[in-house]
Amino acid sequence: MSAVKEAVKDASMQKQKEMIAGNYERLATAKETGTKVVSTFVPGNLNELIMCFDMVNNLPEINAIQNGMRKKTGALILEAEKRGHSEDVCTYVKADLGMLAKGNLGPDGRPLPDPDLLLLSYTGCFTFMKWFELLRHQFGCETAMLHVPYEGDGSFSANMRDYVVRQLKEEVIPKLERVSGVKFDIDRLRQYLKESARAEEDLVWVLQSSKHKPSPIDAYFGGTYYIGPIFTAFRGTADAGEFYRLLRQEIAERIAKKEGPVTPDGEIHEERYRLVVEGPPNWTSFRDFWKMFYDEGAIVVASTYTKVGGVYDLGFRHDPEHPLESLAEYCAGCYTNRNLPSRIDLIETYIRDYDADGLLINSIKSCNSFSAGQLLVLREIERRTGKPAAFIESDLVDPRYFSPSNIRTRLESYLQMIEQKRSTAAAAA
Amino acid sequence: MTGTREIIARCESLFEDLDFGYAREWKAAQAGRKVVGYMPFYVPRELIHGSGALPLGVLGGGDQLEVIQGDAYYQSYICRIPRSTIELALSGRLDCVDAMLFPSICDVIRNLSGMWKILFPKVRSFYFDLPQNFRDEVGGAFYIHELEELRGVLAELRGRGIGDEEIRASIALYNENRRLVRAVYGLRSREPWKAPSSEVYLLMRAGMILAVEEHNRLLRQYIEASQSEERPRRDNARVVVVGAFCEQPPLNLLKSIELSGCYIVDDDFMLVNRWERGDVPEDGDPVQALALSYLHNSGDTSAKYEPDQSKKGLYLVEAVKTSGAEGVIMAMPSFCDPALLERPMLQSVLSAHGIPYIAFKYAENSGQMQPIREQAGTFADSIKLWSEQ
Ligand code: SF4
Ligand code: SF4
Repeated sequence: MSAVKEAVKDASMQKQKEMIAGNYERLATAKETGTKVVSTFVPGNLNELIMCFDMVNNLPEINAIQNGMRKKTGALILEAEKRGHSEDVCTYVKADLGMLAKGNLGPDGRPLPDPDLLLLSYTGCFTFMKWFELLRHQFGCETAMLHVPYEGDGSFSANMRDYVVRQLKEEVIPKLERVSGVKFDIDRLRQYLKESARAEEDLVWVLQSSKHKPSPIDAYFGGTYYIGPIFTAFRGTADAGEFYRLLRQEIAERIAKKEGPVTPDGEIHEERYRLVVEGPPNWTSFRDFWKMFYDEGAIVVASTYTKVGGVYDLGFRHDPEHPLESLAEYCAGCYTNRNLPSRIDLIETYIRDYDADGLLINSIKSCNSFSAGQLLVLREIERRTGKPAAFIESDLVDPRYFSPSNIRTRLESYLQMIEQKRSTAAAAA
Repeated sequence: MTGTREIIARCESLFEDLDFGYAREWKAAQAGRKVVGYMPFYVPRELIHGSGALPLGVLGGGDQLEVIQGDAYYQSYICRIPRSTIELALSGRLDCVDAMLFPSICDVIRNLSGMWKILFPKVRSFYFDLPQNFRDEVGGAFYIHELEELRGVLAELRGRGIGDEEIRASIALYNENRRLVRAVYGLRSREPWKAPSSEVYLLMRAGMILAVEEHNRLLRQYIEASQSEERPRRDNARVVVVGAFCEQPPLNLLKSIELSGCYIVDDDFMLVNRWERGDVPEDGDPVQALALSYLHNSGDTSAKYEPDQSKKGLYLVEAVKTSGAEGVIMAMPSFCDPALLERPMLQSVLSAHGIPYIAFKYAENSGQMQPIREQAGTFADSIKLWSEQ
């Protein structure tokens, strides 16, 4: 790699690192600085709105992911189970509750502050409500519920939009005002939304860069890093805008030089397989998991996980002209809030538009929201596209459910299937 | 007079008939009739009935159905009810169903609504979102729209609109049904030996299948018959069973609990049967009446948000108090996030009120009852010992 490329890559990576550290710093010092803390979820995350009240955003899923990557979640989950939480339920919840039970130390080892407000953006997952009820039980703090209706019939109706907007006006904003002591200023919100839309434009460009051959990015493993700022506590900030500008520059260079994705072990030189992946990754063995792919030259060109915090590639952008309506539409449009037929349509489009060899589903034990119905997704995609699909099983942050040998074997036989398909096609041609 | 044995035999044959013969016959009896299936935990059956259709509760295949194809659609770590429900449909047992309603209870049922659209495109699959905001002008306004949309779907199914009068008439019938259901529950909690839970369960399951007019008759007959029959009274512990609001426990599980020395005096098996706590107004705008009843006068369960933290879980304490129970059995389906995540909160409320409890998991096809019998038996003994001290 050239020195220039290193510098550009370092710049975006460095930027994100600083942003994350900065947010944990704000959280760690929130009590001293008098900053109010709001806990909320990734899908349907109302970051721009939260910023209007000078509050700092704490995302339990991100804490679980960060702890997972640091291999701390196994012990946290056991702690939660010891305290009576069932082995059957979502491990994000248990990793979070285990973390609380063990002193609520954040991934950086410093104590996380108690939230002043639990903002339950109830989007795309029923477990969220239980999770927040459990947290409320623990903290006894104020809770605001934003119920986002599910797109059961595949669309977002005016009734749904009005319902969400009314809740924002009558439930969420008054509570944010009360807890923060800051008056709501809709022009401030518009400003942040403008910033969001710009960054979203760049994010989409980045995610769609994998249509190139070779793909300059891995849109699943690498993708989790690209979605970071927009999906979490930074959407709407100038920092996020800058991050995506830097990233876009870096990827534009890679495209110009026909370079493949960068992995923890360096650049992939040969793109042998182009895959679409459905489902979240495993975090406790993230690097090993990714390595299984790049060792084989398997690049993920599109993934659904990078749409859990917004399906921007279908055209949605936050709209400063219609701030609250746009937040409502955003919440409803997150991937797991779309019905199964829409999810299948999206995957089918990915297979075709990204010229993929097939679909791989990483089915997550924890997550009914993603997983229930995935075997039908697999069949449908095979039927519609004629491309092979495969199924592996793991978990998000519970190391007990990550079996490297099983996953490697499944992946290898899947890639062989693709090879076979290719040779049959070549013979027929 | 029809005796309880005869009534329950009828209910049992309805329960065991996995081909839904009753619904088929009902449908065939008159041209143009429709059957509308629904899943737990709640749908406004008044609208279905008001459209002239038969509401049919679909609660999985239980322990009698051999699941062959259904397993190919679900990973091992997902509960049983969706796979056996898919099995029922793929094997043609549900082919009398013209529309299926999937209420917002959990991600599994939610996703099943989409699977239904793909697998059974001729059946109208409708995801029915219940509000989690209980203010009239917010959640209420949304819910009225949802109800009107459902009304539109049902009207389309039958080919003409549904009048307010028709819905009001159905509300009156379901009000009567709920009064009778509550009467049976009341009777059981007062004299549980006269209305064993395995019987009450079958009687309530019959309400998932029969036309409401017929279920009302059956409930009345049972109330009368059970009052007049003498049955041996046992020195059992009185318990509430909670957590079985979706996937149903096998009947044998209830029998095992009873055999182990417990009287079940309240439960949450089929919440739809008595979801509204009182009568839904029979005058005025019927859709609004249904909406307001849901918002302000309905039951509580895991899938419904409790905005007031201080009230969280108190529904169970209330159930214990009103039914005069001495303890709680938490029987929850394996892999059921709504039930199992609710459990720790319920346990903590119960502990705060000094109410003893035990917890175990089941699947609708669980066969091994010995461990449950032992656990429930020990629980019953400890309750009795405790009350003697
Ligand atoms: S069930 Fe899935 S979407 Fe819901 S909290 Fe768990 S991991 Fe997230
Ligand atoms: S048993 Fe639980 S997880 Fe399964 S479908 Fe019912 S509510 Fe959902």
